[in-house]
Amino acid sequence: MEFPVAGSPHLSGQNDVQRIMAQVMLALLPGIAALWWYFGWGVIVNLGLTSLTAVVCEWLVIRLRGRDLRPVITDLSGLLTAWLLAVALPPLLPWWQTVIGTAFAIVIAKQLFGGLGQNPFNPAMAGYALLLVSFPANMTQWLEPSVLSGHLVSLNEAWQAIFPGIPPHPQGWDAITSATPLDHLRTELSRDHMISEIRREPLWGDFGGKGWESVGTWYLIGGLFLLWRGVIGWRIPAGMLGSLFVTAGIFWLIDPEIHPSPLLHLFSGATLLGAFFIATDPVTASTTPRGRLIYGALIGVLVYVIRTWGGYPDAVAFSVLLMNMAAPTIDHYTQPRVFGAREGDDGL
Amino acid sequence: MAADLAPPIWDFHGGLHIPDHKALSAHRPIMETTLPSRLQLPLQQHIGKPAEPIVKVGDPVLKGQLIARASNYVSANLHAPTSGKVIEIAERPIAHPSGLPAPCIVIEPDGEERWAELPEPIPNWAETDPADLRERLRRTGIVGLGGAVFPTSVKTNVTGRAVDTLIINAAECEPYITCDDRLLREQAEKVFEGARILRHIVGASRILVGIEDNKPEAIASLRNALRGGNDDIEILVIPTKYPSGGEKQLIYLLTGVEVPSQGLPLDVGMVCQNVATAASVADAVLHGQPLISRIVTITGLGVNHPGNLHALIGTPVAELIAQCAGYTSQIHKLIVGGPMMGFSLHSDTVPVTKGSNCFIAATIEEAPDPPPANTCIRCGECVKVCPAHLLPQQLYWYARARDFEQAQDHHLFDCIECGCCAYVCPAHIPLVHYYRFAKTEIWASEREHQKAEHARRRHEFREARIKRLEAERKARLRKKKEALEKKSTGTTSKDLKKAAIEAAMKRVAAKKAAQQGQAAPPPREGDN
Repeated sequence: MEFPVAGSPHLSGQNDVQRIMAQVMLALLPGIAALWWYFGWGVIVNLGLTSLTAVVCEWLVIRLRGRDLRPVITDLSGLLTAWLLAVALPPLLPWWQTVIGTAFAIVIAKQLFGGLGQNPFNPAMAGYALLLVSFPANMTQWLEPSVLSGHLVSLNEAWQAIFPGIPPHPQGWDAITSATPLDHLRTELSRDHMISEIRREPLWGDFGGKGWESVGTWYLIGGLFLLWRGVIGWRIPAGMLGSLFVTAGIFWLIDPEIHPSPLLHLFSGATLLGAFFIATDPVTASTTPRGRLIYGALIGVLVYVIRTWGGYPDAVAFSVLLMNMAAPTIDHYTQPRVFGAREGDDGL
Repeated sequence: MAADLAPPIWDFHGGLHIPDHKALSAHRPIMETTLPSRLQLPLQQHIGKPAEPIVKVGDPVLKGQLIARASNYVSANLHAPTSGKVIEIAERPIAHPSGLPAPCIVIEPDGEERWAELPEPIPNWAETDPADLRERLRRTGIVGLGGAVFPTSVKTNVTGRAVDTLIINAAECEPYITCDDRLLREQAEKVFEGARILRHIVGASRILVGIEDNKPEAIASLRNALRGGNDDIEILVIPTKYPSGGEKQLIYLLTGVEVPSQGLPLDVGMVCQNVATAASVADAVLHGQPLISRIVTITGLGVNHPGNLHALIGTPVAELIAQCAGYTSQIHKLIVGGPMMGFSLHSDTVPVTKGSNCFIAATIEEAPDPPPANTCIRCGECVKVCPAHLLPQQLYWYARARDFEQAQDHHLFDCIECGCCAYVCPAHIPLVHYYRFAKTEIWASEREHQKAEHARRRHEFREARIKRLEAERKARLRKKKEALEKKSTGTTSKDLKKAAIEAAMKRVAAKKAAQQGQAAPPPREGDN
């Protein structure tokens, strides 16, 4: 009798790329729900917009490259990029800017390098950074959380704002948008206000800005789910959050009036989203165990440095992109000690 | 109580907890097989050089008679598993990953089972020189039966090296395989006899037996067999984790000592032997019996009655399957060895060899066809499970890019091809394939390099030789000339005269030329 032949091993586990991506998307849902709760329907419209753009862009590129479309679409990596970008964008960003950012992420940052697994930069962050440097005014004007403005943007208002550009408030954009808490803090500090003064303003909650800190908490919960499922490892988030906490903590201990508390850093901006969903992108991160700890830690330090002394209020996108460039070097110098290797032979 | 005093079990990095599927065949006692109609004996069943046949087609052979001789040091003798007639010496399909046929001696059994004269038993092995015992293992064709099939007489040659521990590998960590389990349940005393002989041969003081905790009956049988005669033999029960039966992994589990990267257990004063090898050593030394049979597990959901068979070397797999009531309708693949490291067979006409511990008749659910490979997302799952603590994703990257230098820098040759990385890979990349590819490419280029080096040396030698010959020739000529010149010293005056005449003639010619050069030549003296 004759049989088909295959190479060993003849068994395989249940792990799958699609499964990994789907779990990350699932873990993102609590954060998305929180964004919707505090900032209205804009994020939902953006999710649809980025998802559609991502799928169309991948379809176009794959057609041009003459590859099989099905595995590319079904691995869900493009959709995940779209979702990550959507939650990072201001909820009422004009539609064409959202489309440009997504198209850049998929076509330039991902597919031009050869698609999934080949891209040196995190596609979502590349798209975000492009929009931030191209349209800084739009990108830094966020909606006020509904707990402050008392107005939750409805689906129709979001649609009107994003497509024809009609402000959802009769008194115009200024009535419902504001700087992000980090941006606000930065401006106030530059005007020599004390942190104790600034923190008395109504926009602050327990750790960070009202609404913002809750969204961060839901990202944290999603991240813990990913850790529990083994989809991500602990090293990158621990490295990033730990180093940000320690760096911020040192300065805060030196002078808490001009340096915000480490908890404010953790619960503001994109810190928690970045630590669990962005920096952990395996394709662009360091891949050795020690390397991941270092990679995460350096992102944390960079976030602090850029937030404190750099030109932008938040820094997760730039920090991640910068460290993406360093990942191969980190990998090279952090190879694990091979079983049976002699003392001191670190594989360097 | 003994377990309480046992040293700690160390845990190696990585590995997998996978369903062991051993229940399919573990409860089946070892069954004798009926004599097959043909026995095909590949000349190469071991690591090293193939054996050289010493019988011709048509020769009658007796059971246990030597039919092919070890061709050099790393080679193994081959014996007739039963009496009968040599009917063919030709290329036949064998169990090899390449699927290519190889030279075999084919024997038609006569059913009489007449034994050849066997070497004398050595009951007083403890007083026998280890070299003589090794010669016995060499003569009886004993090789490692755990799958590596390395000649045991070579592996136990520890001349000049200090060995303190003999490790007996009873881990049987691959799923499905139960032949060692059954052997331990039924013949634990024989295994210990063989282990003690091996200990004497390598000069070790203690024996550590490592066995996974998923074989409680075998553990009980081992403990039972050891009762009373506890002469520094320890049974260490290790947690079930693949690949704890890997030589280096097992040594680490039992002793906490790491065998050096690309080194041998001998480098840390240890020798490791499989339980079935130990049993065959006992047979060879105590009964003079050559290695002509082994225990084979026939299992999988693709066979009707899985079991453990005591089969003659050379029995076609199809005949063993038939004795297990044949294939079920779900049969999909036939795998020799375990499902993690074994290879799949193209046909069941291939014979059982000394290294075949298991044949798995797998259904498509048991050994699914691999889904199409996606791209590596560098998730690092493979890093988590690699027992050699490598970076499989980097190795894959370099193997794929044919950057073999980097692959070697990332310790490619420490890969034991256990398959853990490919098992967990979410992109379903056949990682082990890439590593084998890279290794064979490197070996091939090393061979090329050696060839080139050899050719270069030959060329240089030739150049040097030509130069030397030329110099010698010149030297000879010079000598000849000198000898000639010496000989002609008698004629020197003749030469001088000749020279004087020539000089005189030149002078005359010069004068003539001078005269013609002047308009009114005045008479000169001597000018007539």
